[in-house]
Amino acid sequence: MRTSPLTAKDHHLNTVFPSPFHSRTEPLNKLKIWARWGDYLSAPAFSCSSMEYFACRSTCGVFDLSAMVKHRITGPDALAYMNRLVTREVSKIKPGRVGYTVWCTDEGQVIDDGTIFHLREGDYRLCSQEHQIDWLMANAFGFDVNVVEDTHDVAALALQGPTSCATLKRMGLSGIENMKLFGLEHYPFEGTELMVSRTGFTGDLGYELWIDKDYAEVLWDRLFEAGELHGIKPIGEEALGLLRIEAGYIQAGVDFMPANETVRASHTRSPFELGLSWLVHFDKPVFNGRKALLEEKQRGSRYQQVRLDIEGNKPAKDSYVYKGKKVIGTVTSAMWSPSAKASIALASVEAAYGKPGEELSVEIYYQRELKWNRVIAKATVVKEAFYDPPRRRQTPAGDF
Amino acid sequence: MTDNNNIIIIGGGHNGLVCAAYLAKAGKQVTVLEAAGQIGGAAITREFAPGFKVSAGAHLLNLLDRDISKQLALKSHGLKMAQQAMNTIALDSGGKHLTFSGNQVSGEDVSAEDKAAMVEYHRFMTRFAGVIGGLHKQVPPRIRLDKRQDLISLAKTAWSVRRMGKTDMREFLRIAGINMYDILKENFEHPMIRGALSLDGVLGSFLGPRSNNSVFCALHRWSGTDGINVAKGGMGSVTGAIAEAARQHGADIRTSSPVARILMEAGQVQGVELENGEQLQAGTVVSNADPKTTFFNLLGARHLEAGFVRKVQNIRMRGNASKLHLALSGPPGFTGLDENQSGERLLIAPDIEYVERAFNHAKYGEYSAQPVAEISIPSLGDDSLAPAGQHVLSAIVQYTPYELKAGWPNARQAFIDTTIDLIEEYAPGIRSRVLHAELLTPVDIEREFRIHGGHWHHGELALDQFLMMRPVPGSAQYQSPIDGLYLCGAGSHPGGGVMGSAGRNAANVILAKGQEIQK
Repeated sequence: MRTSPLTAKDHHLNTVFPSPFHSRTEPLNKLKIWARWGDYLSAPAFSCSSMEYFACRSTCGVFDLSAMVKHRITGPDALAYMNRLVTREVSKIKPGRVGYTVWCTDEGQVIDDGTIFHLREGDYRLCSQEHQIDWLMANAFGFDVNVVEDTHDVAALALQGPTSCATLKRMGLSGIENMKLFGLEHYPFEGTELMVSRTGFTGDLGYELWIDKDYAEVLWDRLFEAGELHGIKPIGEEALGLLRIEAGYIQAGVDFMPANETVRASHTRSPFELGLSWLVHFDKPVFNGRKALLEEKQRGSRYQQVRLDIEGNKPAKDSYVYKGKKVIGTVTSAMWSPSAKASIALASVEAAYGKPGEELSVEIYYQRELKWNRVIAKATVVKEAFYDPPRRRQTPAGDF
Repeated sequence: MTDNNNIIIIGGGHNGLVCAAYLAKAGKQVTVLEAAGQIGGAAITREFAPGFKVSAGAHLLNLLDRDISKQLALKSHGLKMAQQAMNTIALDSGGKHLTFSGNQVSGEDVSAEDKAAMVEYHRFMTRFAGVIGGLHKQVPPRIRLDKRQDLISLAKTAWSVRRMGKTDMREFLRIAGINMYDILKENFEHPMIRGALSLDGVLGSFLGPRSNNSVFCALHRWSGTDGINVAKGGMGSVTGAIAEAARQHGADIRTSSPVARILMEAGQVQGVELENGEQLQAGTVVSNADPKTTFFNLLGARHLEAGFVRKVQNIRMRGNASKLHLALSGPPGFTGLDENQSGERLLIAPDIEYVERAFNHAKYGEYSAQPVAEISIPSLGDDSLAPAGQHVLSAIVQYTPYELKAGWPNARQAFIDTTIDLIEEYAPGIRSRVLHAELLTPVDIEREFRIHGGHWHHGELALDQFLMMRPVPGSAQYQSPIDGLYLCGAGSHPGGGVMGSAGRNAANVILAKGQEIQK
């Protein structure tokens, strides 16, 4: 096992840094408000989060992904290591493909979710929401594997929305339209290598672009130059938050507590309890949490994650979920969805409830000119994502 | 399908052999695979110089479980004692040694107060050690409330503490987690009494008298019920007798059969592969090896979940004790001791500060400039060990950390000289009678006995590595995350010393599990 030495940027608990794109995002941030995401300054919104949201749904938006925690896993045992770490069968993610996954404690509770990029044969990038290097290093014992966190070496942008493919074609990435959903490719770019994956957190046609941090600014400039006629717009965290709820994606720290940061055992969630049973591959002889998850499968889960379609137009933020008069869970994310034209929510409820079509209710508190009001609104459990346009997976990707 | 009646035991140490004997007695088909050329693990007698034999690992027998002795009829299988209920003598270079015999301590300048304190110390140590000793016989309970056996076991444990009565219970709870320095200072004035008794808490451990857990270690040592003994023919005859019992019950015991790896498939043990490539199938594999060797070297960390691996990595088991063997051309000649006295358990620990200073070196990766030692000269009571008129001296010497900064190859001779110089202070002229000296440092112990870190207890004996926490939570009760793989060594409850309890308890668990499956 080999790992990288600590640098100043590893002291993430008490320092926040400008992102590699900061020289470009700073003048565009009309509101001059900065939030912290991971180790970097991040714009909650550049001008108006609603406009940014609509840019992503009707043209294209650019989100600075650099704060995403990135790891590089290489060496003879890279595949074996990854397979023990995550719940998913990693050998099925071929070179040039990307896979969403979760990883668990021995107790089968989700530590984090993230994406595995199989960059080249035996060369993996693992992205996560939370810092994971300690856990990844602990996992490396007994494997001939090289685990490095390279968050600060790699700059990344998400380009999401219907005109994203057209923008990249104009930027010179010929053939990009043929890339399938969850594909990735390397392109020569300005004397370096640009990695592009057809992935994203918005549920729409979109790509993510990964490059050496020293080429961040030139990438930004070339992208915005190419996207000018395609309605390109920088977007902030608030807009992305709306987009991902519509797509039905859960977020660590919002929809579930990362197990390694949770004190009370009942506050963690297993993959089954997050609706992610499709990511758990028991055919693998060993992976962290396997034994506990097998037991859970036999015994039954405590909770389940559901999508709710709620009556009315008031976002059911932080609401209790009821079955009759009984509290059976809580809403973890909620919004008014402009695309679905509905009040929607993600919620965690007791396992006995939440079958598709079941009628539950939520208790919504909302303010009108400082006056608090309360409604109990009907909430129907739905199976499918609230927003899932065919163009998301259509190949070749359209120009729109 | 693997045969569930067929059981392989990796390692023919005393616990592996005890486990084999019990399993074979219950009708199981047992094969013991010992890596070395002779059985016994770290409980063996071997020649270290032409004509001189010694118990190469453990040398005093004070913890062997009486029930095991009886149930396996070790006497009828040839186990005899050369010396029984030995006294302990604290050596003084001026010859003013102290003798500990039961609850009595005698010596030239021992005060009446110290003599009275010894009676009381012996009373409460024996009583408290009895609580610990009571736990040796039981499979440690899991901290869960859904299994009746675990609940009963937990209740028994609590009751054994509670029924001591208020005063003793309070005292037990007060001292069990603290250090020898404090309680010996509270009770005794004589520096040699403090020094000698403090060794009970630190021998074989990475502890000084001021380290917490040293009282617990002492209680563990005191938990034996039959005094301190030496077997005729050395420790090898103890394991020899156990092996004989196992063989008579039908166990197949093979030497020179080092296991390369444990075979498993889909979380279920399938058997083992020997270093020569031979594969043996079995549905149950019991490892007498220490937990790190078992899980990392024989099984492979990659076959285990990472949280469990991290717990095993964190087991504290850096050896700190060495074994010195001297072949002597004549009697040892300790100042002020006659031949009978020289055959007792002899200690070099002149005061408790001396012991603590000796430990200081170990903390920084050095060996003690002034070591402490527990010495036995078994040839005084057993003429089978050395040529007539000549003798063997066996000593546990510490502190000698496994991770020595200078590296053991460079330091070995210097440390042998240091130790012989030390003994020379108490036995002038002994150096000239040394025909041969052998030192087993923790690194040698690791190599010869295949114990990770050369820690002969297979892990520090400490409150946080005892009962359901030994070796780690998730592998207590002699089981492991791999179905069919069990542990039976000193790394499991109740730990080190030639006890046999871990082997017997493991056998009980395996037999109970077999019945569960049959139901």
